[in-house]
Amino acid sequence: MTQASILLDGLPIPFVAGQTIMDAATAAGIFIPHLCHHPDFKPQGSCKLCTVKANGRHVSACFTPARDGMEVENNTPDLNDKRRTLLQMLFVEGNHFCPSCEKSGNCMLQALAYELEMLSPHFDQFYPDRPVDASHPEVLLDFNRCILCELCVRASRDVDGKSVFALSGRGIGKHLIVNAESGRLADTNFSWADKAAQVCPVGVILRKRVGFAVPIGKRRYDVEPIGMQVERMAARSAGEEGMDGD
Amino acid sequence: MATEMRVESAAVAGNRKLRLATASLAGCFGCHMSFLDIDERLFALVERVDFDRSPLTDIKHCGPCDIGLIEGGICNAENVHVLREFRSHCKVLIAIGACAINGGLPAQRNHLDLGQCLQEVYLTAPDVVSGQIPNDPELPLPLDKVHPIHEIVRVDYVIPGCPPSGDAIWKFLTDLLDGRTPRLGHPMLHFD
Repeated sequence: MTQASILLDGLPIPFVAGQTIMDAATAAGIFIPHLCHHPDFKPQGSCKLCTVKANGRHVSACFTPARDGMEVENNTPDLNDKRRTLLQMLFVEGNHFCPSCEKSGNCMLQALAYELEMLSPHFDQFYPDRPVDASHPEVLLDFNRCILCELCVRASRDVDGKSVFALSGRGIGKHLIVNAESGRLADTNFSWADKAAQVCPVGVILRKRVGFAVPIGKRRYDVEPIGMQVERMAARSAGEEGMDGD
Repeated sequence: MATEMRVESAAVAGNRKLRLATASLAGCFGCHMSFLDIDERLFALVERVDFDRSPLTDIKHCGPCDIGLIEGGICNAENVHVLREFRSHCKVLIAIGACAINGGLPAQRNHLDLGQCLQEVYLTAPDVVSGQIPNDPELPLPLDKVHPIHEIVRVDYVIPGCPPSGDAIWKFLTDLLDGRTPRLGHPMLHFD
């Protein structure tokens, strides 16, 4: 019996039952842009960066089970245009001033912007004013960079068993909150050893006192574009991700 | 996204040298310094272009130009005036650097009240002695918020970076002068 496979941009990609399009592509070393997806967590499907065209319909690759013979478009000008627009909207909605961000060079949002050749944010900037939370002894929270991927929410709830983070509000008012009466991270049992501290794809959750230990220009995505790091992304684990902030 | 614009290559234009202007608004001149980092390639550049308004020539007002490079965002009334004049004289306008593209560092004041900023800097800061908020009629009035230049005029191309490297600027300009669609790949495309 031949193994089940999907046709990804014309290339046959094998999969096993239960794998999503994203799982199958990643296992085959093919990059599908994504922000809220992480192999250690259940798919969330909120960022829509991984939108592909499967049998003619737009679906989230992180959520859609692979089916035998499914024809999937991924790396096409049309899809990449739409992904670039999503990135531009994320850039203007928050404050993503890369030169002042310690995550620059290790940031997935920025790396995807490079990958998809996003040259400018195109839309008018929101310039949000969300006060930072520097109350915790080990960790700084800059909410102005939050893209609402809920990775920290999922990690804290599902892995750490602490539920330190949550999203609150609806629509454009949606924002990240901290589970303490004061709203301050210092008044939770959060620690840098938590999985939730390691998973932020952007520069919201940052470790204090290690800033710029690795200089700009020598960081993860400075060295190699994100699209070339599929294997590394597939093997992401708590230990490895700690390298981001160090 | 920037509208596709092409500069006639020198050959097509009957070997007429193209005119290039540069200007800085609310920026740090870092992008101009990076432009100078093309080093000896400046000689190759002046074979192909004549400089009009630029800090390099000290010409203060722009004549008709083919290419305009502009760094910095819009933080005061004079910036708006200079940008509009610059745009009207340049066939192709290129926004260079973070400040021109998204407001950059000066725009980090946008969530603060301008009046309070001025008070803090000129009156209440610990090292200020008998300070006063500058009020000379010759000084351009600051705007309430700092804006990227695409909110004021049409921008044809952007070169991101803080600043973009000399190599990125050179790649971009030579692509443009040779009639190719300018493109910055890894590692020349960066925002920091």
